[in-house]
Amino acid sequence: MEYFFSKEHEWVKISGTTATVGISDHAAHELGDITFVELPQVGKTVKQFDTLAAIESVKAASDIYAPVSGKVIAVNETLENAPEVVNESAEESGWICVLEISDPAEVKNLMNRASYDEYLATL
Amino acid sequence: MEQLKSTPLTSHHRALGSLMAPFGGWDMPIQYEGIIAEHRACREQAALFDICHMGEFIFSGDFVKDGLEDVFTFSVASIPVGRSRYGFLLNETGGIIDDLIVFRLADDKAMIVVNAATADNDFEVIKGRLTGGGIANVTAVTGKLDLQGPLSREVMSRLFEPSVCNLPYFKFTTAKVLGFEAIVSRTGYTGELGFEIFIPEAKIPELWEMILADDRVKPAGLGSRDILRLEVGYSLYGSDLSEQITPLEAGLDSFVNFDKNFIGKDALLKQKTEGLTRIKVPFRVASRRSPRHDYRIMKDGADVGVVTSGAFSPMLGCGIGIGFVSPQMAAPGTLLTIVHDKVSMDAEVCQLPFFKEGSLRN
Repeated sequence: MEYFFSKEHEWVKISGTTATVGISDHAAHELGDITFVELPQVGKTVKQFDTLAAIESVKAASDIYAPVSGKVIAVNETLENAPEVVNESAEESGWICVLEISDPAEVKNLMNRASYDEYLATL
Repeated sequence: MEQLKSTPLTSHHRALGSLMAPFGGWDMPIQYEGIIAEHRACREQAALFDICHMGEFIFSGDFVKDGLEDVFTFSVASIPVGRSRYGFLLNETGGIIDDLIVFRLADDKAMIVVNAATADNDFEVIKGRLTGGGIANVTAVTGKLDLQGPLSREVMSRLFEPSVCNLPYFKFTTAKVLGFEAIVSRTGYTGELGFEIFIPEAKIPELWEMILADDRVKPAGLGSRDILRLEVGYSLYGSDLSEQITPLEAGLDSFVNFDKNFIGKDALLKQKTEGLTRIKVPFRVASRRSPRHDYRIMKDGADVGVVTSGAFSPMLGCGIGIGFVSPQMAAPGTLLTIVHDKVSMDAEVCQLPFFKEGSLRN
C-alpha cells in the first residue's frame, strides 16, 4: 500500500476510509533515541496539518501534525511504555494512530515516497 | 567566532560514526551508536569517554607561602599526596568561576583539573591570586580518557598493575603505560566505578585503541555522560553552576571550608546570615517527559523558578531535573509543575541522588 509524506516528516497509509499515521524513518533517526510519545485522545478530530500528537527524544521535544484531516479511532498503546519502537520501526510497528478520514483527496497536499526522498535530499 | 579545538581522537570518532558538536570550545563526540545504548553500556559494563577537552594546570611551589591555599573553597595544603579533592574557585560575590579537582602530586606540586569552557579564564584568575611559585597551563599537551562502569576495574587489570586497579575512591597514582607515566585516578562523572587516566596528548590515540580492543568496552559520548551525571545528581558547570550562583545556593556547602581564607568567603558568610533566596532543587517528573534547561518551574500558577538540567532517566523510567526555587518550595514531596510553551508536566521534589545503585564505591 502506498505511503504519503508531509514536509514535517509524518507518513500516512490510507486504506478505504481509514489512515494509519506515523513519523518517517528519517525523522526518527534525526530525533535520536525517542523517550516519550504523547498519543492523541481517541475521538479527537483534527484538520490536516494541525497538531495531532507530541514526541520527545534525548535531543528535543516536537509536535506531530496530522497529515490528513480526520477523527482518531485507534492509538498505538505500545508506545506508552516502549517509545523506542518508533526508532526500531518508524514506518511499521512504530505507527502513532489511526484516523477515520473524510476527504481522501487531501493526499494531493502530500508527497509520494519518491518525491519525499527528493525533498530529503534538499534538506 | 574562535576556531573549535580538536582532541587527538577526532578521526577515530568520525570513523566510529559519531555525531560531533561544539562543547566548551571543542569539537566533541555527542554520541556514536546512541545515547541510551551508551548510557546502558556505562551502567552495566564499561564505557570509554574522550575527555581531552578538560583543562589541566600544574602548580609548583609552597602551597601556603605561595598563596595556593587561599585560592579555592577547600584546603589544598591538607590534601595528602596521592589524593584529590573537589571544590570551587569563587569570585568576590561568592559566585562560582569554576568547579574543579586538585590532585596532590607531591609536597610542592599539584595538578588542577578544570572545565573546558572556563579553562583559560580560570588560569588567569588562579595565576593572579598566587603570590609565588609557578603555574603552567598544560591542557594542550595533556590528554584524558575516562573509563567508567562496573567492569572498568577488570578492563584496567589487562593494562595496569593490581595496585592501580584497586585504588580506593578519590585516590590516584602514577603508573607506566605505553612507556609513559600516566596519572590514574579513581574518580569520574557517572556514579559508576571508574578511572580517569591522564597521559601525554600524543599517546591518547594508542591508549584509546588499546582500551577499546576489549570488547566489553563501548565508546560513549557527551550525550550519555550528561544523563549519567544527572542521574547521580552531579552539577554541570554552565548549566547548574555559574558566576551568578554560589555553592550555598547550589547545595554544595560540604565543599566549602569556612575555617580557612578564600575569595568569596565574606559574601558566603553574609548569605548564610541573611538566608538564601533560592536553592537547588531536584525533582522527578510524573511521566516520561523530559524537563529541559530553561523550562520554567511553576507552583499554584505562579512562576517560582527555572530548570537548569533535565533529561529522561533510563534508570528511573521518568523525567528528572534540577532547578532553582525559593527554599520554601524545596522540601521533598513538594508538588511543582514544569512548563515550556504548550508542554506542562507534573513533578515532585525529591532527594539526590536520583539513581542510588551505581557501582561507584565497589
